Amino acid sequence: MTFSIKTEGGVVVVDVEGQLIVGNRQELKQKILEELDRGAKKFLIDFTRTGYIDSSGLGVLVSLSKKIRDQGGELRLANLNDDLKTLFELTKLDTLFQIAETREGALASF
Amino acid sequence: MRNGRSTPSARVIEVDIPNDVRHIERVVELVQRECHEMAFGSRQVMLNVSVALTEALSNAILRGNGDDPGKHVHVHASVDRSGIVVEVADEGNGFDLDLCTADPTTPENVGREDGRGLFLMQKLMDRVERFEASTGNVVRLTLHRI
Repeated sequence: MTFSIKTEGGVVVVDVEGQLIVGNRQELKQKILEELDRGAKKFLIDFTRTGYIDSSGLGVLVSLSKKIRDQGGELRLANLNDDLKTLFELTKLDTLFQIAETREGALASF
Repeated sequence: MRNGRSTPSARVIEVDIPNDVRHIERVVELVQRECHEMAFGSRQVMLNVSVALTEALSNAILRGNGDDPGKHVHVHASVDRSGIVVEVADEGNGFDLDLCTADPTTPENVGREDGRGLFLMQKLMDRVERFEASTGNVVRLTLHRI
């Protein structure tokens, strides 16, 4: 599991490679909050290379979304595979997040 | 970790892990591999089994065992072509499955950061049971192969 962060067109883009679960969610949270503290406002998490997400991973996304919004920023998600989409639909988190089919689509939507 | 008694038509995994969430992924990988061997579909392996088992292990480590590094979690998984039964045992006092399972999809709960673990287990498995056994407080997950 790794989280890689880069900035593309003023958007902080995080790639989640592997699982986003209870054992690593704090690392993701810390990395994004560091960028938020540095003044970043636009965030995109790309799940192209993500295996599965557990409830802790979902919880950290909810938490980050709130913190980013509180600072006047936006968090968007992209490239959820069918299994991950099902997970978001089951928990109705698809109603809470802006989810794009592609990274390009998400970047263009800011 | 150790594998239990297995035959070509049924695989048994039996492992004891230290009470540390960093061990979860390794256990899930072990069970995923056996599900693949028994021709489970990708969705059942990557979504149903992986997420539900991660939730059960996480609950056992953080809640059942109270994140106590001196405790252990015991996992017994039996996989064959009809399905999988996994038992996750911790050293805690147990809990009432129905009382502890809230609906995280209601308007007042959907924005909460927690409270989705037991709900997901129940949604992703055919059956979820909790009981006391000689191995401790057990959560049993059952999924039929489709």
